[in-house]
Amino acid sequence: TKLDRNTVTRMIKHALHAARRAFSPGLRCFSEASGGEISEDVFERAGSPRLTKQASLYVHWPYCLRRCSYCNFNKYIPRENNDPMMTECLQRETETLLQLSQVSCITSVFFGGGTPSLAHPSTIAAVLESVSRRAYLSDKAEVTLEVNPTPVGKSKLEDYCRAGVNRFSIGVQSLQDGDLKILGRDHSPHQALQTVEEARRLCPGRVSVDVMFGRPKQSAESWENELSELLRVCDDHVSLYQLTLERGTQLFKQVLGGEVTMPAEDVTAEMYQCARRTLHQHGFLQYEVSNFARHKAVSHHNTSYWKGRQYIGVGPGAHGRFVPRGEGGVVREARTQTLEPDVWIREVQQRGHGTRRRIQLSHLELLEEVLVMGMRMSKGINHKHWELFSPQLGLHEVFGTSNDIQELLQSGQLILDDRGLRCSWDGLALLDSILPALLVMLERQISQRLQRDHHADGQTKRISNPQ
Amino acid sequence: HFHSVGIAILPELTSLYFDCHSNLPAFLLFAFKDTIDLSKFPVDRIRNFCIIAHIDHGKSTLADRLLEMTGAIATTDKNKQVLDKLQVERERGITVKAQTATLIYSHQGQQYLLNLIDTPGHVDFSYEVSRSISACQGVLLIVDANQGIQAQTVANFYLAFEAQLAIIPVINKIDLKNADPERVETQIEKVFDIPREECIRISAKLGTNVDKVLQAVVDRIPAPMASTDDPFKALVFDSNFDHYRGVVANIAVFGGRVKKGDRIVSAYLGKTYEVNELGLLRPHEHPTQKLFAGQVGYIIAGMKDVKEAQIGDTLYLQEQPVEALPGFKPAKAMVFAGMYPMDQSEYQGLRSAIERLTLNDSSVTVQRDSSMALGAGWRLGFLGLLHMEVFNQRLEQEYNASVIVTAPTVPYKAVLSSPKLIKEHGSEEITIVNPAQFPDRSVVSEYLEPMVLGTILSPDTYTGKIMTLCLNRRGIQKNMVYIDDQRVMMKYLFPLNEIVVDFYDLLKSLSSGYASFDYENAGYQAADLIKMNILLNGQPVEELITIVHRGRAYSTGKAMCERLKDSIPRQMFEVAVQASIGSKVIARETIKAYRKNVLAKCYGGDITRKMKLLKKQAEGKKKMRRIGNVEVPKDAFINVLKRKDK
Repeated sequence: TKLDRNTVTRMIKHALHAARRAFSPGLRCFSEASGGEISEDVFERAGSPRLTKQASLYVHWPYCLRRCSYCNFNKYIPRENNDPMMTECLQRETETLLQLSQVSCITSVFFGGGTPSLAHPSTIAAVLESVSRRAYLSDKAEVTLEVNPTPVGKSKLEDYCRAGVNRFSIGVQSLQDGDLKILGRDHSPHQALQTVEEARRLCPGRVSVDVMFGRPKQSAESWENELSELLRVCDDHVSLYQLTLERGTQLFKQVLGGEVTMPAEDVTAEMYQCARRTLHQHGFLQYEVSNFARHKAVSHHNTSYWKGRQYIGVGPGAHGRFVPRGEGGVVREARTQTLEPDVWIREVQQRGHGTRRRIQLSHLELLEEVLVMGMRMSKGINHKHWELFSPQLGLHEVFGTSNDIQELLQSGQLILDDRGLRCSWDGLALLDSILPALLVMLERQISQRLQRDHHADGQTKRISNPQ
Repeated sequence: HFHSVGIAILPELTSLYFDCHSNLPAFLLFAFKDTIDLSKFPVDRIRNFCIIAHIDHGKSTLADRLLEMTGAIATTDKNKQVLDKLQVERERGITVKAQTATLIYSHQGQQYLLNLIDTPGHVDFSYEVSRSISACQGVLLIVDANQGIQAQTVANFYLAFEAQLAIIPVINKIDLKNADPERVETQIEKVFDIPREECIRISAKLGTNVDKVLQAVVDRIPAPMASTDDPFKALVFDSNFDHYRGVVANIAVFGGRVKKGDRIVSAYLGKTYEVNELGLLRPHEHPTQKLFAGQVGYIIAGMKDVKEAQIGDTLYLQEQPVEALPGFKPAKAMVFAGMYPMDQSEYQGLRSAIERLTLNDSSVTVQRDSSMALGAGWRLGFLGLLHMEVFNQRLEQEYNASVIVTAPTVPYKAVLSSPKLIKEHGSEEITIVNPAQFPDRSVVSEYLEPMVLGTILSPDTYTGKIMTLCLNRRGIQKNMVYIDDQRVMMKYLFPLNEIVVDFYDLLKSLSSGYASFDYENAGYQAADLIKMNILLNGQPVEELITIVHRGRAYSTGKAMCERLKDSIPRQMFEVAVQASIGSKVIARETIKAYRKNVLAKCYGGDITRKMKLLKKQAEGKKKMRRIGNVEVPKDAFINVLKRKDK
């Protein structure tokens, strides 16, 4: 059934206007550059209390039509159509958690899954409407939807746009037909290309393609060719992931049983370096370990994760990081929603949300996340960014004195200068070997600081986490 | 689930009161009466004997039957290795700690006291065996009717033979389908020079002919040479430590008598004690009023420390000093291994566990040691490999301690040539237990290594393979005898170092389990020994210094490099793992640098798992040992240093 476009559009416009009327303009929390881009300066000057007044929103659609052979993500093959129920619950949980977080502004929304392009466009519209009811959502704020590039997915893109989506992330994965079959995907390379084309027509400059390397039997050479082909059709954003073999997946069993062979470590390392070089030559800047953009078309939603901003996770198994100010909280929490959709639905119906686990993050734990996420960006962590979370201990103080880290600086893997802390081009590929050294140092400095404060005060002083 | 072990039961009471199927504890069912009047057993009605056998030839089963037949324990099919009290003994089917049981046996209208001293089967415990033998006048030499003479049968035979004991050959397991007692009799004749007519064929399992064994003990083993008219004189041949009562010493009375309240003196320490309790072991303590010449029993005399009951010590009455008995040579540790707690926080616990265990095993030498990789620990000396394994297993089972045991090493010696060093050490010859202290060739005129004389018995089809193995282990054949038309006995002189790690396992596997092996110490011999270093990116690793024979340096070095390569994680740079002698590199492995190590996908969603993983790595990093710029996890040292898992 074709959606009544006018109805939806009217509905959204109405909702957005209502939202704007409900909140005073003074609540606008950032200046809007063209295209909804968030201005860095405003963010950085925002000061720590401002961190808690805004968040990004992740919405999880848990259903898939089939199981991909490599995927161990939280997804379910639906037994019956309970889309209306799911829609209602996503809305309800969005409202509950927005209320709990007391954020006045949602900076971006991301619909992930599962296969969110299986959701009806009206579901997307309904969730966005709920957001606008409780918080300010700029009509230029980035709203991304993950799309499975099947003909059905393609045919719904326009309706998603009308529902409020303004960015598509398309799971192309591979341009090799055989590989798509091994991976258990239900689309063909041709369909993927058509979907990208349609998405670009609808949201020019705001389409991302996901591709995967390190696939079974893949060679560095074939990857290079595939990448060139992709560059001819893609828009301004590419995410590339190395296929990781996860326990419990079909692929894991096949590899274990010797039916399928995975490329060696050296080969996948070469594929990664080759992709970085090629993308760079085509004007794509690597702004994160797996993400590349040209014409500044970075993903704002993901960037806010890497910058340690608050995010609210809605839907089965979604994760969140925010301060529950609505119940008087002052400490950021790591929150996880109930995994199984049926159970989650019941919980949302009963108590408005399906939060299964809440863990308060200590000051150290928060800084650890800021560090681990921040270092994934090629710009790393600048001094202002760090100061936002650690006003008392600067990057130089934490990391400047250790021998381990001096070695990393001397070998050129790591850079610590006037701008901040970041990996070099070579270092970024070895980030997971660098992070343990940084984490050890961070813990040592924070605990020493605690001890010093303890002595200075003559009593235990708890460094509270103001975010 | 065994009912009766702890109770002394008089023969006539056994059948009346013992109900092994009752749910009630058996000891509640009958009265305990001290009715044994030991003065009624003059020396000529006492026999002291032990049972010696190769592993699994049925020594403990025969002991069970003897205990049952003389009423020391009830007759039930549940009696299995009653004298083997330790879990490790039951599991491995071996005896570690000698146990004593006094049996009361009626023969031709006379009652006899038969003192059975159960001995360990393995030569590692020959110290225990020789202690037991010194309190005996005869032995039962058990041989499996199917397997025939095995390596330990030979070793144990010579111990008894040299002590000039009466030897009664017993062929066990004649009920087995493949039993061939004829052939075993031939072997006994050929190897031990004992007439075949003297062999007793039995089935300890079924009890067949076990009464003949008891008769033979009375008829063929001489009574102890002791007189109740002499002054009291007793040999301490074993001791145990009891938390409540202090030291319980096992004694063999060589003269006179002793009773509760007597004041006795330890010849070794010159200290005086008052006898609080004494009695027989049946096999558990059965208090009596007195012990007389020729008898074997236990004594508790207020000794607080196990060191006060020195094994081999002589006890006498305060008012009647006697000349001390010859005693024993202290056991000499031949295999050394480092023992470290898995985690340094467990150090105290492990220390007290080792202390408690060595209380009852004085043959283990303990020396504090520390390794930069493994932390504080000990270097322990054992009589042999099995001794080490059993000790380790007891630590784990009885004290619930988890330990890292390093690969065993042997004590080398060096004859010093530098007068300065000789003065420093106070002697020309020094023993090197820790490889890090191996003196340089330039100050040494000669290195010496410990040797053993190994005995191998095997079906002759494996002779070729066994000879190749022995040759590879620098073995020198001393002789080779066919003990019957299919079985061969070979004697080899080996460097101890060559057999301590995996020799026995290899021998067993190449002979499908049919070959048996045993060894005895055979002094020291000059050897071309060198110190081998292991280097990581050119930096020597102190804890991996190894002393090797020049001819084995390459293979040992290569194996160590390979093990290290497999257990050091890849780093951000290439790591060279080398074995070197002096400045010469003899083996090399390379750990390639990581080219990519970063998780592809990391979004807000599921970072908890990623954080956990990184935190774990950060924690692990703190525990790593840095050799130059290389980070080495403790596991890598453990993998290289510890014994290979079997």
